[in-house]
Amino acid sequence: MIASPYPKSTRWLIIAPALFLLVFLAIPTAVIVQRGASADAFLNIISSTSFRRVAWFTLWQTILSTLLTVACALPVTFILSRFSFTGKRLLLALITAPFLLPTVVVGTALFALLPSQMHYTAFAIITAHVFFNMAVVVRLVMPRWSQIDPELIHAAHTLSASTLHTFRTITFPLIRPALGFASTAVALFCFTSFGAVRILGGPAYSTLETEIYVRSVQLGDLNGAVAIGIIQTVFLIGVLYAWTKFGRHHTSPLTVNIQAPKPTGTSQRVVVTGIAVATGLLALLPLIAVAWKSTSGWSQVLSSDTMNSLAVSARFAITASIIATALGTMIALAIAYKSTSSRLLETITSLPLMISAVTVGLGILITFDESPFEFRSTWWITPVAHSLIAIPLVIRTVLPVAQAIPQDLRDAAATLGSSSKDQWLRIDLPLLRRCLATACALSAAVSLGEFGATSFLTRQTYETLPVSIARLLSRPGDTQHAKAFALSTLFFVFSIGAVYIAETVRATRTKTH
Amino acid sequence: MKRFSAIALSVLLFAACSGSSDNDSSQSDGPVTLTLLTHDSFTPSEGIFDAFTAETGITVNVVRSGDAGELVSKAALTAGNPEGDVLWGVDNTLLSRALDADMFESYETTNLATMNESVLRDIPGHEVTPVDTGDVCINYDIAWFKTNNIAPPMTLDALASSTYTNLLVVPSAITSSPGLAFFLATVAEFGEDGWQDYWKSLRENGVLVVDGWTQAYSTEFSGSSGKGERPIVVSYSSSPAAEVLFADPPTDVAPTGVAPLTCFGQIEYAGVLRGTKHKAEAQLLIDYLTDIAFQSDLPLTQFVFPVNANATVPETFTRYISRPESPLTIEFDVIAKNRTAWLDEWSTIVFK
Repeated sequence: MIASPYPKSTRWLIIAPALFLLVFLAIPTAVIVQRGASADAFLNIISSTSFRRVAWFTLWQTILSTLLTVACALPVTFILSRFSFTGKRLLLALITAPFLLPTVVVGTALFALLPSQMHYTAFAIITAHVFFNMAVVVRLVMPRWSQIDPELIHAAHTLSASTLHTFRTITFPLIRPALGFASTAVALFCFTSFGAVRILGGPAYSTLETEIYVRSVQLGDLNGAVAIGIIQTVFLIGVLYAWTKFGRHHTSPLTVNIQAPKPTGTSQRVVVTGIAVATGLLALLPLIAVAWKSTSGWSQVLSSDTMNSLAVSARFAITASIIATALGTMIALAIAYKSTSSRLLETITSLPLMISAVTVGLGILITFDESPFEFRSTWWITPVAHSLIAIPLVIRTVLPVAQAIPQDLRDAAATLGSSSKDQWLRIDLPLLRRCLATACALSAAVSLGEFGATSFLTRQTYETLPVSIARLLSRPGDTQHAKAFALSTLFFVFSIGAVYIAETVRATRTKTH
Repeated sequence: MKRFSAIALSVLLFAACSGSSDNDSSQSDGPVTLTLLTHDSFTPSEGIFDAFTAETGITVNVVRSGDAGELVSKAALTAGNPEGDVLWGVDNTLLSRALDADMFESYETTNLATMNESVLRDIPGHEVTPVDTGDVCINYDIAWFKTNNIAPPMTLDALASSTYTNLLVVPSAITSSPGLAFFLATVAEFGEDGWQDYWKSLRENGVLVVDGWTQAYSTEFSGSSGKGERPIVVSYSSSPAAEVLFADPPTDVAPTGVAPLTCFGQIEYAGVLRGTKHKAEAQLLIDYLTDIAFQSDLPLTQFVFPVNANATVPETFTRYISRPESPLTIEFDVIAKNRTAWLDEWSTIVFK
């Protein structure tokens, strides 16, 4: 085991984030569980047929969504990893953008795309999940796949192994950790899916997460909701265990600069073009549908209530992004610098993923109700709830980079007489800068899209964009719907643009290095 | 490393400071602002509270959050330490939840004298004050039935007959308050042991269950703006009047009809939230909400009937409405005892 590079100064790193998670996550959850937990309610829930229906649906849609996501994502991951071709960056942007979109927007787009007979069906929900999560598989598997030495594949072919055989014996074992990590992440998102299910599921389809919302908010059955919350947490611990296991093997790969070749020969060109065009079209369809149906809504997009919710969303996103990036980075550094027990930290960092966002929202509502801690009617309590959800993502973005910083550099600097502080500022910080920016952007996207906790904590004056869109969609009249479609189109175009620019910047930087 | 502590500290300080400035209920001197918590369908005329402010110096800040169920759940969770001072929008299907949670402060407004005793029956303790009434009934598309030469359904029983296969759309009893009212109407009609079979036959007869009233009425129903495919829907006894008032081009013939024997009687209440810092002012607001001016504004803005007998109900409103003589009801304590179990059973039958 390597000793901590910054032994003295890093001990307290964990204090602020731990305090934050304790105050805004652990205590509210404990309060709501204490208020609502009852053995009777637990038994009632377990024996009720409606709960079994919901649990069964949650389970099978998670499995099916995950399998379909992987199946749809693998071909395009393959061509993106192994070949370079024109429009590659655009294709990557098209696939990545949905993940940055609020789930409500994805739901809205599919609502626009699918014929009305398919609204409120399991098919609609699963399609939304696949569309939303393809980015996760592509983004996590591609870095690993593109690092496989082409010589290995070549060698296999020279030894007259078939393509399939090569894939099974060489490629698959090498990408397996990344693929496992990605699919458990997808499963996690599908299992706790809220926005897409609320929009596309109708009254008949419910996940555990939406059922917690319906029970606690619409039925006022807090005991039932807490019981389901506890059951969901038990499920999630299982999923997270798998995730952490894959995560240990899935460390950030060393970046060897392997230049992907252009496709050669007719068959390769056909395969690459076919996959690229088909996936690109699939990714574009919802955008086209939502833009098509939005025509009459544009005149109203600049109305004062839309501008109001845009301003609210922007303020929430910036606040949540600052909190999550600061605290998440502190945890990541504490782990990387090995200043505290990593098992404890792993548990702490998984907490926000294990507890349903709706439960946290409810807990916050009843915990911070007494002066001087009456936070529930303040505007910043919502971005605080958002940052709780973003912190695990920040950690998983920053940690691999922080761990990969070579100790030699610091040792060399120390030999030359620089202090710990100087080492950190001159070595660690510059190397971390880019992933900090990514973490900021990711947590802002989480805040912009969060719907579970917000929809409960939001008062009308602080309505965020996803909440506005959901409300517009539930109102009568084509104009209201068109306005929701117009707002969704804006979101789409904005995220595709943002990813495209980020990719271009990255590409030019890599070239100049 | 100090940089991080500085960031964390400033975030926490920032949080603590903005917390106290944003809190609207802690102002102790100066003009009082009352927060009226209500649901999304509370849509009185613009400036309706100006007269109240002019008279008392109290400003009213209306905060809407979701539907009636959501409103009551939130208020029940925060009972004793409310997010506002007065709540408008508990109806008799939700009353038991509000009373169990002990979220209101009893108050007897002088306007009680103007109310019919039937709206006061459920609340001998005056925890809440009635503010309006309405009926949830089967509505049908007159033109559709004329074209197809079929008689519209007049009873709940008829809806299960093969004449009306695939024609009915209802909002879910779980996520919609008219949906719950309609469900309770069927319990009242067929009994606590009979409604299960009735809903089984409705399901076999192709009933469409959707999330909310808006979607049922404005999207799936053929007799309103959405021009959907189903000519029978669960809505209100006042819906035909609303169709005429909002008709474009104007008309004086209602396009939809109501089946009076299928109606469930709804009473909506308002109350002073226990724990308010402005109890006296909140009571003044209850007086205002039940007084003639506000009550007379209700019919044409929210399509409900006033409880104050001295309020005026415009003729344009009453002409198109046939109120049931004796709407179906269920004692609210019976609802309280069975609601969760009933809805569990209901969703299992309907969403099988």
